[in-house]
Amino acid sequence: MQEFITQTWSWWFSGAMIAGIMFVLLYFGQSFGFSSNLRTICAAAGLGKKTKFFNFNWKAQIWNLVFLLGSIMGGFIAKQYLAAFDTSVPISDATIRDLSKLGIAAPTSMQPSELFSLAAMFSIKGFLLLAFGGLMVGFGARYAGGCTSGHAISGLSNLQVPSLIAVIGFFIGGLVMTFLIFPLIF
Amino acid sequence: MKFLKFLLLGIVFGIVMAKSEAISWFRIQEMFRFQAFHMYGIIGTAVTLGVIGVALIKKFNIRDFHGNPITFYPKEKAFVRYLVGGIIFGLGWALSGACPGPMVVNIGYGFLSMVVVFFFAVVGTYFYGIVKDKLPH
Repeated sequence: MQEFITQTWSWWFSGAMIAGIMFVLLYFGQSFGFSSNLRTICAAAGLGKKTKFFNFNWKAQIWNLVFLLGSIMGGFIAKQYLAAFDTSVPISDATIRDLSKLGIAAPTSMQPSELFSLAAMFSIKGFLLLAFGGLMVGFGARYAGGCTSGHAISGLSNLQVPSLIAVIGFFIGGLVMTFLIFPLIF
Repeated sequence: MKFLKFLLLGIVFGIVMAKSEAISWFRIQEMFRFQAFHMYGIIGTAVTLGVIGVALIKKFNIRDFHGNPITFYPKEKAFVRYLVGGIIFGLGWALSGACPGPMVVNIGYGFLSMVVVFFFAVVGTYFYGIVKDKLPH
């Protein structure tokens, strides 16, 4: 049982749970879309005084900020109580080979230390990579009107064409970064 | 107390995302290199069940717990914003190996560097809010 909990949870269980969370949110009169929180945070910070886009009744979105808070706690619980001592990620050998050509070592934890260690964060290049990644996610999510949860999960479930276009865009961007830009920056 | 259910849902979301490694940069790389089924399995299962469930909600006019009909508001018809915005999002998704949900799950998991990523995601959204009216949509 303990081994069952500490190993990688299966894709079908994870996918079913995500769909379940979406339906419970619908049942409670809300919809599953995580990146809306970024706009809500801007509004809560008072940026609506100068910029119309952030001038809305953000208090109606507090439920989503609470969901965000819960997500942080979930990550903490997973690491502290549900993880094995060895938290490396069993990715495919082909990916390990490809990444090693870029100078990124095989997984020894959830994230590559080359990008997410404190040493990387306090280096100029490492900080810029973290910052630009975040900037593009935040800018792109709002420009496209949603992120993975809002478009790929909620939108595709409702068979929305705009969400399909957005998801195709997600993949174009992801492939360009992976195959064209990574060889230049790593 | 009315927010407690959303806190619990968030906790379940965070645990599931972390334990299925959907928050891992390595898994996102594996996905964009088409070298494993794992991430496609997660998203594919969620969408398959989602399509079935949404169709059932519409067919049987299922109501939410307030007694209101569950309605879906279609996104506005447009093209450029979804494609261009999606591409910019995808560039960031592959670089940071995380979309907004997994970013904060990673913070809870102990990766302080994800605070930087999340902070700049907020800045990116703010930047969009400033230049929004000048962009093609």
